Amino acid sequence: MKKKELLVAAIENGTVVDHIPSEKLFDVVSLLRLNELQSAVMIGYRLGSSKYGNKSIIKIADKFFSDAELNKLSVVAPNVSLSVIKDFEVVEKRSVSMPSELRDIVRCANPQCICNNEPMETLFHVLDSKELGTMVCHYCEKEQSLSTVQLIDHR
Amino acid sequence: MSILENRSLVTIANLSKEKILQLIEMAKEFERFPNRKILEGRIIATLFFEPSTRTRLSFETAANRLGGKVIGFTDPKVTSSTKGETLKDTIRMVAGYADLIVMRHFLEGAARYASEVSPVPVINAGDGANQHPTQTMLDLYSIYKTQGTLENLTIHLVGDLKYGRTVHSLLMAMRHFNPTFHFIAPTELAMPEEYKEYCQLHKIKYIEHNDFDENIIAQADVLYMTRVQRERFTDLMEYERVKNTYILRREMLHKAKENLRILHPLPRVNEISYDVDDSPHAYYFQQAQNGLYAREAIICDALGYSLEDVKNDTTILSFPTK
Repeated sequence: MKKKELLVAAIENGTVVDHIPSEKLFDVVSLLRLNELQSAVMIGYRLGSSKYGNKSIIKIADKFFSDAELNKLSVVAPNVSLSVIKDFEVVEKRSVSMPSELRDIVRCANPQCICNNEPMETLFHVLDSKELGTMVCHYCEKEQSLSTVQLIDHR
Repeated sequence: MSILENRSLVTIANLSKEKILQLIEMAKEFERFPNRKILEGRIIATLFFEPSTRTRLSFETAANRLGGKVIGFTDPKVTSSTKGETLKDTIRMVAGYADLIVMRHFLEGAARYASEVSPVPVINAGDGANQHPTQTMLDLYSIYKTQGTLENLTIHLVGDLKYGRTVHSLLMAMRHFNPTFHFIAPTELAMPEEYKEYCQLHKIKYIEHNDFDENIIAQADVLYMTRVQRERFTDLMEYERVKNTYILRREMLHKAKENLRILHPLPRVNEISYDVDDSPHAYYFQQAQNGLYAREAIICDALGYSLEDVKNDTTILSFPTK
């Protein structure tokens, strides 16, 4: 089969985040704080994918992320594929894993919680004893589900 | 985190069995000799961002009887938080003046946050619907005093088990002591699932009832009453139907065990008839008084005094108090 044309240009060095559900693309941009970068960022939005139907991809030149930065993605897109590129070659494949703590990533759903009423960082503890994505607010101690919480907008 | 920050009391849930028993022993010492000068020269701030006369008087009495001095406010309207000052700034300012902060706040998690930004220990005197650990300590002390132990007791929790934070905290604190709980509540105010899961996780036995009668009371060592409030109901017809079901009357006690004691966090409205007050089982007013000794112990513990320090204290004032 003929190799398909690359819809998003290759990068010489940097990081590729692939298989992003398209509706989560801008959350990923926000979580990785790509707007603050000085290097080139290429975004392919709503590309066809035989596996996912509709996916997005981000290629970030000259930027290598720490585990902590990448693990934030587990909140919105736990199944992305991450490739580290050097000299146009994939030198490392990585995956994201749910961190045990989420610091200043999501907002508490409880309007009576101190963290919604004071200029401060939020903090959640992820409960691995419960079903995936259950977490508890460090402050008001209310259990909440990842599927219902909102991301903090750092832009 | 400094040693002092660790001495804050934010929630009862993470206190160990040893710590609970140690605080009870300390409260016993303070009950024997409540008047001392052990805190002479110390300043304790009571910051009440939400009014609570009963809790504030109890803390201020505890500090005063131990020779400490008290500063603070009782009405948030007069503080700079109404001018938009953050809690963090208020705490940092007060921590510069006082050795210990006792705080009541209307927001949940406020005490945890205050303990993180304060260089002096913080005692949570209630943070919204979340925690009220000193109430739980005085409940535990009252149970210990009246039953002689905390182990293997049968405890009936009655009334509003959905919103009542005192019953939730008591349940969590008792996990060390192999209790059997009876949850007695209308369906709309039943014990929430997360606390029943907590019981299963910690192998705490519990039985649920909708009825409240003399046969159920007959099994209890402790009867912990709470108020069923009209405003908690979405269905007011349901409220009208159940409002008289969870009222304790004297005649319901005739099959009770001799050691049964009735507790209530107060204020009471009508959930315990007045004819129960002079029953030998009634204990709610002594329970409130135990709050003084429990809080004397909690204040001293937060300031770094050990049980040994309290036992060897030479500042006891020996005049008779009662």
